[in-house]
Amino acid sequence: MKTIEEIKAAIEAAIPGATVAVVSNPSPCAQHSLLVAHPSALQVATFLRDNPELTFDYLSNVSGVDWPDREIAEKVKVTRQVTKTVDGPDGGKPDGTKIDQTVDETVEETHKRVEPGFLESVYHLYSIALKHGPLVIRMRTANRTDQTTMPSLTPVWRGAELQEREVFDLYGIVFSGHPDLRRILMWDGFKDFPMRKDYVDPDDFEYEPTPHDEVLKRAQAHSAANHPATTDAAQEGAAPSQ
Amino acid sequence: MAVDQQLNIELGKQGVLVTTIQELYNWGRRSSVWPMQFGLACCAIEMIATTMARYDLARFGAEVFRPSPRQADLMIVSGTVTKKMAPQVVRLYNQMAEPRYVIAMGACAISGGPFKQGYNVLKGIDRYIPVDVHIPGCPPRPEALIQAFMTLQKMIDGQRLTGEDRPRHLDAAAQGEFRVPEQGEHDLEPTSNPGVWPVPITIR
Repeated sequence: MKTIEEIKAAIEAAIPGATVAVVSNPSPCAQHSLLVAHPSALQVATFLRDNPELTFDYLSNVSGVDWPDREIAEKVKVTRQVTKTVDGPDGGKPDGTKIDQTVDETVEETHKRVEPGFLESVYHLYSIALKHGPLVIRMRTANRTDQTTMPSLTPVWRGAELQEREVFDLYGIVFSGHPDLRRILMWDGFKDFPMRKDYVDPDDFEYEPTPHDEVLKRAQAHSAANHPATTDAAQEGAAPSQ
Repeated sequence: MAVDQQLNIELGKQGVLVTTIQELYNWGRRSSVWPMQFGLACCAIEMIATTMARYDLARFGAEVFRPSPRQADLMIVSGTVTKKMAPQVVRLYNQMAEPRYVIAMGACAISGGPFKQGYNVLKGIDRYIPVDVHIPGCPPRPEALIQAFMTLQKMIDGQRLTGEDRPRHLDAAAQGEFRVPEQGEHDLEPTSNPGVWPVPITIR
């Protein structure tokens, strides 16, 4: 199989205006992937399937990834000029009186910035004809809230249909051009997207025979909110007896 | 009420059968409990194995798995009940004719099992329908299902046909239809049927 850079170059040569970036994987497996921009995604996918040297005729897997907003703290060294009062023979006058001097001072400052999150879908492609693969391609949405649309690759690989429905169901990525985009695992009236990182699952902790750790906390929160009378008993049991 | 056992044997030797309506009725009921042909997950494989020649559930009068709830007496909830499937399970139970029994088979059906803390699995079918026998295990062995079946038969055998503690199907005032939960925006509504499953008070 061609290397990922060669595939990228082949795509860019074949499709003018295609935006493809390599997302490198620093781990030992070195399974790098191609980040495909939305407008040319269908063309890129068709090229990957139909190009005789690549012939990625089999879509093995579609998965979703949720990247929540990240707060990144960066330490930056800043040099500024500070006025200091110095004394002694080096900085001050020979008779010992103090003078003001401007000195360069280097300070470490912590800058915080929020990197906006996005949703991502990952496609694993193989070639049955040429016996190579996998090629990993990715697409990303603009954000996690209102712009969660990306083009569907079902017109290229029919096998993506159910898996894109699953990604839609659990992550809320809307695939435009999908022939039948409905929920597949959860019911139609369900409003949440359970695999997102900020999903809050329903509070059915009214009865936990042997709670511990996280479950114990949630069972206590539930009983405090719903059954104030039984809260004492629950908390007594919660306190470590040793 | 019941006939003395020694006297019954003596009379039997003379070709006389003495019994009570209750014994006869319960014998008939417990000897022909027909389960519903209905499996939810991997426990159903064990249930199928139980019916096959090696374990042979037919020895206990449960040889016919009925494909319709109208003809079935016993619902073996064999496997994980997801929240998407729960309304259909309750609806099937409502469609069964009295007398009807429920065996909750396996860790998932009795409590949610390994999926208990998930968002999508019901934490026990006994939240919505009355369960007669619970079988723990993941999955339970066929012997465990047979044990549960014999427990159910013992329960049927011990039922009195009159009085306050008579079974539900002989009580005209008893609740016959159980509320089918609705699939809401975040969870099933209601999350349990308080008439069937009062929230247990945990004493620690």
